[in-house]
Amino acid sequence: MNALLFNSTLVIYAIATVLYLSCLVKTEPKVGRTAQLVLGVGFLVHIAYTVDRYFEAGHTPITNLHESLSFFSLATVGIYLFCEYRYKAYILGSFVTPLALLILAVAATFSGIIAPLNPALKSKWLTVHTVVAFLGYAAFAISFGVSIMYLIQSHFLKKRRLGPLFQKLPPLDLLDAISYRCLTFGFPLLTFAIISGAIWAETAWGTYWSWDPKETWSLITWFIYAALLHGRLTTGWRGRKAAMLSIVGFLIVIFTFLGVNLFLGGLHSYK
Amino acid sequence: MNIIVVGLSHKTAAVEVREKVAFSPTQMEKPLQAVVALPDITEAVIVSTCNRVEIYATTRDVAGGMARLKRFLAEYHNVPLETLESHLYSYHGEDATRHVFRVASSLDSMVVGEPQILGQIKTSYGYAAEYKSSGIILNRFLHKAFSVAKRVRTETKIASSAVSVAFAAVELAKKIFGELSDKTVLLIGAGEMCELAAKHFINTGVRGVMVTNRTFERAEKLADEFSAKAVRFDDLFDHLPKADIILSSTGAPHFIIHEKDVDEVLRRRKMKPMFFIDIAVPRDIDPKVNNVENAYLYTVDDLNGVVATNLEQRKIEAAKAEAIVEQEIGQFFKWLSSLEVTPTIVALRSRFDELRKAELAKTLSNWKDLPPGAEKKLDALMNAYMNKLLHQPTSVLKRTDPGNRNDLYVDALRNLFDLGDAATPQETMVDLED
Repeated sequence: MNALLFNSTLVIYAIATVLYLSCLVKTEPKVGRTAQLVLGVGFLVHIAYTVDRYFEAGHTPITNLHESLSFFSLATVGIYLFCEYRYKAYILGSFVTPLALLILAVAATFSGIIAPLNPALKSKWLTVHTVVAFLGYAAFAISFGVSIMYLIQSHFLKKRRLGPLFQKLPPLDLLDAISYRCLTFGFPLLTFAIISGAIWAETAWGTYWSWDPKETWSLITWFIYAALLHGRLTTGWRGRKAAMLSIVGFLIVIFTFLGVNLFLGGLHSYK
Repeated sequence: MNIIVVGLSHKTAAVEVREKVAFSPTQMEKPLQAVVALPDITEAVIVSTCNRVEIYATTRDVAGGMARLKRFLAEYHNVPLETLESHLYSYHGEDATRHVFRVASSLDSMVVGEPQILGQIKTSYGYAAEYKSSGIILNRFLHKAFSVAKRVRTETKIASSAVSVAFAAVELAKKIFGELSDKTVLLIGAGEMCELAAKHFINTGVRGVMVTNRTFERAEKLADEFSAKAVRFDDLFDHLPKADIILSSTGAPHFIIHEKDVDEVLRRRKMKPMFFIDIAVPRDIDPKVNNVENAYLYTVDDLNGVVATNLEQRKIEAAKAEAIVEQEIGQFFKWLSSLEVTPTIVALRSRFDELRKAELAKTLSNWKDLPPGAEKKLDALMNAYMNKLLHQPTSVLKRTDPGNRNDLYVDALRNLFDLGDAATPQETMVDLED
C-alpha cells in the first residue's frame, strides 16, 4: 500500500512535470490548468503516502534519506501550489515541478523499507526540527527555480532576444518579488530549525553545538541567506545579483543535505 | 440571390482617390436609400473608412448590379467613372463573402490585425439597419462576418503583439515591471514619437509623469498637456532616481546620460530596475547603460526590431485566420443557398400538382363508362408518377455539400418551369450557428 502510494505519486508528478514543461511551448491555457490539476492530485496522493507511513512507522517519517527527500519534495510542491494560487502564474511550475520530481526520484533510489527508529532520534524534537527545516528548504527550492527564470528573462531583455519563451515568462519584478517572498518565508524557518536543533542536541548529546559537518554547513547556508536578505534591505541587492545568490544558496542547501549525509559523515548522517 | 461587393481600398487607390469617394458618416441615409432604389438591387450596406470605401449589396443580376454600383459611386461623388474604374474591385458569390470576412477580420487592413476596422464595419452596418437598407441576407451576412472576426481574434494571436514603436515600449515595460500603476515615467525632451509613447503609457495607467526640457517653458507646456510635473533640465539627475521608465528624445548632439550616472542613480534607488527608451537620433543615452545591473536600454532601432518581429508573427497568425475564413465561407453558403431552395421546391411541386389536377379533371370529364374505383386509381397513379419525377431533382436541390450549385439549379428551375422570382426568402433549412 505504502509503496503503491509512493510510486503513484512519482508517476503523477512525472505527468505534471511533462504538462508544465509543455506550457513553455504550448499556448492553450488548458494545458496549464490540466497541469495544475494533475499536480494537485499528486500532492494529495503524496500526503496520503506520508500520513500512511507515519501510522505504519509510528513516528514522523523523516528519519532517513528516502523519507527526508520525499518530505522535501512534498513541501516543495505544497509551497509551490500556494505560490501558483497566490500569483496566478502557472508558468512557474515549468521550473519548479522538475525539481520536485527530481528530488522524489532521488528518494526512490534509497530504500523505502520502514526500519526501527534510531534511538538517538526518539524525541519530540524530531518532528519540529525536521518539518521546519524542510519547509525552509522547500521555500529556498522555489526561490531557486524562480531565480533561474529571472536570470533567463533578464538575459533576454538585455540581449533584446524577445522570442516566444520571453513572452511566456512572467515580468522581472514579479519573479523578483516571488523569490524574495520565498526567502523571507524560508529564512526564519531555517533559523528556527538551527535553534531547535541546538536545543535538541543539548538534550540528546549534552552540547548545543558540536561543529558537526551538518551544523557547520547549515550555518554557512544561514549566513548566505542572511547576507542576501540584509543586502536587499540596505544596499538593494535585487535583480540579477539576488537571483544568483539565491541559486548559490540553494546549491549549498543541497550540499548541506546530501553531501554531508553521503560524504562527510557525522551525527546527521542517516543513510 | 447574390451578394456583390464593389469598392476600393488602400491596396488599389491612393488617398487622393479614396477621399473623393468617401461617404460622410453623418449623412448615410441618402446614399443608402439611393443604392437600394437602383433597379435589381434589394439590400445595401456602405462601408466608408479612411482606408476603404465599399458597397455590399444583394441582387439577382450580378453583372448588371456591379455596373450599377460602380456608376452610382462615380455619379454620387461627381467623379468620372473612367478615372475611378481602374481602382475599383468587384466580387460576387464566394469571393464577395471571402472579401468581407477578411476585411472584418482585419486581414485586408494596412496593418494586419489592427482592431478598428471591425468597429467601423459595425457602425456602417448600424446605419444600414437604421435606414432599413439591409435586409435578411445582408443582416445575416454581416453578423456572420462579425462572428468570424471574433473567432479569428480569439483563436489566433493576430492582434496580440505590439506593431507600433510606442506600443512595443509599453509592452516591454510590462515585461520588466509587471504592473505599471505604481510606476513613474520621465520624458526628456519633446518629440512626436516620444509624446506618442508617453500617451500610451498614460493610457495604460502609470502613477505619474515628469517632463523635462532644456527650455523650461516647453516642459511646462507639455506637462500641462499630460497633467504631468515639469522638472528643470539642470535638476535631471535629482529626479532620475524617482523615474522607472525614461523616454528620451532631445536634440542634443551628444549623450546626456552616461553609464556612471545610471550606476549611481540605480544605487540611489536601491537597484530597482530602470527602463530607458532612447528615441533620439543622435542618441541621448550611452549604449553602455545597458551593461549596468538592472538597467535596460532600448533604442528606436531595437523597438523597430521588436515591431518587425511582431509583424512577422502576425503573418503566421494571418495564415491561421485565412483558414478560419475559408471554413466559415462554406457554412455561410449553405445557409444562403438553402434560403431559396425550399420556396423553389414548394413552387415546383405546386406547379406539378396544378398540372396533374387539371389533366386528371380533363380526362375524367370525357370518360363516361368508368369502372367503380378507377377514378381513385388514376389519381393515385398520377400522384405516384409525379412524386417519382420530382424525387431526384428535389434531393439534388436539398444537398448542401460544397460544390453543389444550388443557386444555378434554382435559377434554371425557375426559368424552365416559369416559377417566377423567388418569393421573399425564408429562413429555413440549414441554420447557421452563431
